[in-house]
Amino acid sequence: MPSVVTANRLVDGIVVYLAPDGSWTEQIDRARIAETEDEVKALEEQAAADVKARKVVAVYAMDVAVNGGTVDPLSVREKIRAAHRTTLTKDWYDVPL
Amino acid sequence: MYRYDEFDHAFVRERVAEFKDQVERRLAGQLTEDEFRPLRLRNGLYLQLHAYMLRIAIPYGVLSPRQLRQLAMIGRKWDRGYGHFTTRQNLQFNWVKLVDIPDVLSALADVEMHCIQTSGNCVRNVTADPFAGAANDELEDPRPWCEILRQWSTLHPEFSWLPRKFKIAISGAAEDRAAIAFHDIGLKIVRGANGENGFRVLVGGGMGRTPYVGQEIRAFLPKEHLLSYIESILRVYNLHGRRDNIHKARIKILVNQLGIDKFREDVEADWEATYRDAIDLPDGERDRILSYFAPPDLPPRPIKDEALDHRRNTDPIFANWLKHNVRPHRVPGYSTVVVSLKEPGRTPGDASSEAMELVADLAERFSRSEARVNYTQNLMLPHVATADVVALYDILKAKGLATGNFDLLGDMICCPGLDYCNLANARSIPIAKEIAKRFEDPKRQEEIGPLRLNMSGCINACGHHHSGNIGILGVDKKGTELYQISLGGNPKDDAAIGTIIGPGFRAEAVPQAIDTIIDTYLAERSDGESFLDTWRRVGAQPFKEALYGSA
Repeated sequence: MPSVVTANRLVDGIVVYLAPDGSWTEQIDRARIAETEDEVKALEEQAAADVKARKVVAVYAMDVAVNGGTVDPLSVREKIRAAHRTTLTKDWYDVPL
Repeated sequence: MYRYDEFDHAFVRERVAEFKDQVERRLAGQLTEDEFRPLRLRNGLYLQLHAYMLRIAIPYGVLSPRQLRQLAMIGRKWDRGYGHFTTRQNLQFNWVKLVDIPDVLSALADVEMHCIQTSGNCVRNVTADPFAGAANDELEDPRPWCEILRQWSTLHPEFSWLPRKFKIAISGAAEDRAAIAFHDIGLKIVRGANGENGFRVLVGGGMGRTPYVGQEIRAFLPKEHLLSYIESILRVYNLHGRRDNIHKARIKILVNQLGIDKFREDVEADWEATYRDAIDLPDGERDRILSYFAPPDLPPRPIKDEALDHRRNTDPIFANWLKHNVRPHRVPGYSTVVVSLKEPGRTPGDASSEAMELVADLAERFSRSEARVNYTQNLMLPHVATADVVALYDILKAKGLATGNFDLLGDMICCPGLDYCNLANARSIPIAKEIAKRFEDPKRQEEIGPLRLNMSGCINACGHHHSGNIGILGVDKKGTELYQISLGGNPKDDAAIGTIIGPGFRAEAVPQAIDTIIDTYLAERSDGESFLDTWRRVGAQPFKEALYGSA
């Protein structure tokens, strides 16, 4: 299962994802995708270093689905985090309200 | 209302400076997140789903126009132009930056506000009947006692590291509008045998994953012993409450494991041994605090108002609002007006900076410079002359703040849920909005009558689903949001915990399920029965059959 590493930025708490260049991006589509356990581990180590460097907090890896250029979180919670939005409208339900 | 003295000002300023230093050390790397977390949680600062959330105490729900304007300013300058009024008479900002927190706390201190006791395992912000000092069924104003408890409990060294958080609510009226039975300690001011007022003391109520209705530990506590008696309750809890399991750490678990009689015995023994040591409040200090809550000078006015009567007779929407959102005042010719934050389509409890400023202006103009927030997430203007009600209505209506649904189905309590909250398992705001849309017609709500619909996005029950006549609890079932419905809860005097009616519903099925429940009630009810009356008479069966069939 492809994975990305996510966190909250320390200074403002905004949801971010670890990007291929080692920076943190707010856009999940620009996150570095880890395909293997070793790749996940490498991303987690990098993230842990950034926790020490006071860039981010609350780091964890999560599974995603990759469809072409888009990266889709699997859980409702992660969909909401990735959208940086609140009170999502009805089209966010599997079945419209 | 209470005004800070020099000590209060210095105390809050010191606290702001202390936390400013802690934030700076966090940002400079001298504190790790593990070290910083307990410090920020002592100052109302949480890390939520999308951002930091700052929870600001509004002691016993009382706000001055100056405070409301400052909250509006903070929302505009450091957040996204709105705040969320909570079920504990607090205000939450959802998008504040850690780097800005010291400035926000300083701006709060400018208007005698802070975030102490809005998080952490301490005595939390004490809540009260929002109609305090204005209600016509009030025996005594509970706010001075809230303030006394606030001052006594703030950073109390013995009770700063309780097994778990500790919530106190006080009512001084005949009707319980503060849900006191669902608090760790609930206090009701009652008249004693000798004609003196004192407190009926409930203990061990609460919501969360193990809900309990508070039980009476004292039928009558003389007022002068309030602090020493509460101290004894807290001491017994502090000694014997569980610290090994967060889910069993609240006082309700201790009270129910020991049994109320044994718990009472322990508290009374501690109290007998300690109360003479003069920890109770000196009379002079009590009188000083009482003086801040002297009722405003409201000369009685005519009860009848022709313009109001005319409007009522010609404008059914106004008449509906008047019936539900305008409540009698203890002084003839005045009313308490509920400013609804429950307009269909809006997030329950959210208020924009503009709305806060408008209510501040209206409080100055119409309500002796006082506003309130109630635990059901509305604002209120406590002292409005009946002759001003029409003018006030027109201004509120123009801004979407005059939905006439107070204590009706549309007046839902709703926690932030998975749209904001790190603990939530499911969304609650979109469900509330969808239900509000379905029951938008005021005539339908009028037909249904008083109904408390409460919704939480997780088992922690910030949305008070256990005490809703209809309660909705969002859970996560294998990655899908699922909603459990319970019926028969009641937050008022005859407090009760709702009963789960059956298997949960998917989000899109919830509004129809509520509709089915309401239709069942309307079909079953006898003349004059409220939803709760009918539920208590007919029980779960008709509702189960309507929802799930008679399999």
